[in-house]
Amino acid sequence: MSYRDFRYVTVRIGGEGGEGVISAGEILALAAAHAGLDVYTFRTYPAEIKGGHAMYQLRVGPDTILSQGDYLDVLVAMNREAFDRDHQDLDRYGFLLYDGKDGDKDLPPATPERIDYLVPMTELARKIGSPQSKNLIAVGATAALLNLPLEPIKEVVAHKFGRKGDKVVGKNLEALQVAIDYVRDNIKKRDIYKLTAQPSQRHKPVMSGNECLSVGALAAGCDFYAGYPITPASDIMEWLARELPLRKGVVVQTEDEIAALAMVLGASYAGKKAMTATSGPGFSLMAELIGLASMAEIPAVIADIQRSGPSTGMPTKTEQGDLYTALYASHGESPRIVIAPTTVRDCFFQAINAFKLAQKFQMPVILLSDTNLAHRKESIDKPAESEYETPSPNGFYAPQPGEHYQRYRITDTGVSPRTVPGIKHGRQMATGIEHTEDGLPNYEPPNRARMVRKRFEKLAAVEREFHEFDQFGHPQPDVGIVGWGSTQGVVRHAMARAADHGYRVAAFYPKLLNPLPSEALRTFVRSVRRIIVPEVNYQGQFANILAARFGVDPIRINRYDGRPLVPKQIYDTILEVSQP
Amino acid sequence: MSTAGATMVMTVTDYKSSAKPIWCPGCGDFGVLNGIYRAMTSLQLDPDQTVIVSGIGCSSRLPYFIKSYGFHSVHGRALPVATGVKLANPELTVVVVGGDGDGFSIGGGHIPHTAAENVDLTYIVMDNAIYGLTKGQPSPTSPLNFVTNASPYGLQKDPLNPVAMAITYGTSFVASGYSAQAKELGELILRGMKHRGFSLINVQSPCPTFNHDITYDTVGERVKPVPPEHDPTDRIAALRLAFDSQHVYTGVLYTNDRPTFEDKVRALNERASARPAPTIDAYFERYV
Repeated sequence: MSYRDFRYVTVRIGGEGGEGVISAGEILALAAAHAGLDVYTFRTYPAEIKGGHAMYQLRVGPDTILSQGDYLDVLVAMNREAFDRDHQDLDRYGFLLYDGKDGDKDLPPATPERIDYLVPMTELARKIGSPQSKNLIAVGATAALLNLPLEPIKEVVAHKFGRKGDKVVGKNLEALQVAIDYVRDNIKKRDIYKLTAQPSQRHKPVMSGNECLSVGALAAGCDFYAGYPITPASDIMEWLARELPLRKGVVVQTEDEIAALAMVLGASYAGKKAMTATSGPGFSLMAELIGLASMAEIPAVIADIQRSGPSTGMPTKTEQGDLYTALYASHGESPRIVIAPTTVRDCFFQAINAFKLAQKFQMPVILLSDTNLAHRKESIDKPAESEYETPSPNGFYAPQPGEHYQRYRITDTGVSPRTVPGIKHGRQMATGIEHTEDGLPNYEPPNRARMVRKRFEKLAAVEREFHEFDQFGHPQPDVGIVGWGSTQGVVRHAMARAADHGYRVAAFYPKLLNPLPSEALRTFVRSVRRIIVPEVNYQGQFANILAARFGVDPIRINRYDGRPLVPKQIYDTILEVSQP
Repeated sequence: MSTAGATMVMTVTDYKSSAKPIWCPGCGDFGVLNGIYRAMTSLQLDPDQTVIVSGIGCSSRLPYFIKSYGFHSVHGRALPVATGVKLANPELTVVVVGGDGDGFSIGGGHIPHTAAENVDLTYIVMDNAIYGLTKGQPSPTSPLNFVTNASPYGLQKDPLNPVAMAITYGTSFVASGYSAQAKELGELILRGMKHRGFSLINVQSPCPTFNHDITYDTVGERVKPVPPEHDPTDRIAALRLAFDSQHVYTGVLYTNDRPTFEDKVRALNERASARPAPTIDAYFERYV
């Protein structure tokens, strides 16, 4: 995909929270997908239920879309504030679509360069007796200007508002038509953007990271979920609450996050494939139990959907600020696996890996996603059934009568045979106290040292058996980018542009952040002259770890204002550090 | 509840593990352990189908001394751990043990929710009104003006009333016992285990090492059996006994029979799984 291509359009809709901004964006995104186009969305909304500024951005085009883009091609300002906030992000070829004076008295000042289209959204909605349909006027006008066909929009509207009855659907469809007519009769198109519907066989699922993660949990055989509501993780619980009972699985909303992980550990101890999902504040409450899971060697999947912290921070904004806490939260030294999915589609596969590794290595697995990855929607290539295995039933150990069964027996990999309650002759104590191979309390120095080594030996075994990573870009790179998690798409986007201009750049994205795929990563960092580490946090947490582990001095790109990185930030840095 | 095969009769000795209790001589917890052995023997529980869950504290060491599955977890979280175990496999008999600090202080927030869910667990609290494992600080049931190393001028806080709290929360079986009354205590634990739903048994279990105010003598003077005419389904009458400032009433104070959490979850699952669940592929198709 070339960097500058007018078949790709980035649209941002901004307005007051509660006036249907997010809804308008979703309708446009789904309609574009129904028209066979790829989409990639990004939204921010206020943490308050009503009021505040809300914004929904979507990038649409005929092929794979890697990021939300740099500049706006279309800005739909449903009020003056939306204009004031975002007009400087408009591309020089872009256009502004704004409401008439019935909405805001102060119209945006015109400039000679910018293309402005006035659509009196408030007035048109009022005329048809449905002021709340203002967002559908915005949808209709945008679609008409971009040449997006009407039929898919109608389908999406009918589906979305179907539950509210025919009258509501009718009014919204009328609003659409009124907007389209208005554009036809009053606006002379002066911009260069044009979307073209694609053949229907390339229709792709449009999903969020949390949706893919939830489907992944089911594909892995998850049959127990306990959690506590928290933005941006609650929709995982809601999704599983609907779907798990269909497979006789259990979902419990607990009294707090501590109870959630405690219940997960109890269920896992008794044989369930159990998980919880939370965000930073809840994750920190779980810290003590992560230590227990590590010590008692109980499988557990804990999804931390990061948001801007600390404390309440910015609950609806994105950040990659929990890397340190994912790696180290708890007390003492508590081995755990940390996995970071890199794309919406990857959330599905890494959720499956999380369960697989938790079961096999009997330890907590932390799945590190973030607000941006969790809630953005992407057109994804549907995973083929051959790409994921049917989960194998939990293979528990069945001791023979008279056998001296040891729950914490020391083995080559550190992994001990595991029974669950109900298995004959398999009685065992799960315990957080230092213990012998029999699970009995023991603080003697030699025993302590052996058991610490045993638990850490499992991490070495994980690294030997599972070291998935994505490496892409130039085969003989000059500059290397090492990143983790949700920044991958933005990096790919920037790299495509850099490649077009002849820069030799490659990137390395480990899927496991603990244990890191050290051999492959060491080889990569030694193969490049300069290393760039982009992160959505202030400290450069991953950059610091790389520096300490591999003796490198990376160039850091850090964004910590609640928004995801954009390709331009990466591209500009590539230019700066590349050799002329 | 799963009982051992009819062919083999289990005796108290069969439920004793090889680990020897680490409690101080005279600790009330010995009496509670014996009460649990007795109840398990009466029910002929299958050790492979029984899980004893605990938190942290002197009394939370108890699972090691019973021949069964066990889970020695973290401070205050035994109830949600046990709920997870029971939901995972409702066929198991799940018993929760711990102290008053573990249960009513750090873990106090879990009791109302476990009671509201009515998980079929038997929760036995060894109440000694002191933190023993940390060598003598005031606990949530210590009396006002109680002097310890951590309250050298006397405790500035009233004691909680765990039995009254449990009744108020609607716990479906609430009993009170005394560790020195082995036979009666075994009987109470047996009734708690037989009860389907969440049962809480608060046991006066004196700590002769660190608590010199609440002793076998002082508790012995205050305990009194629940009057035979008491109707345990009468919540107000139960509360009146629980709030009696002169006596610790021993016996079953309150019961209410209603479906357990597992029953409700099972019914929900049967309803929801009546039709075949979508395949993984079908979930993706939903988003096309």
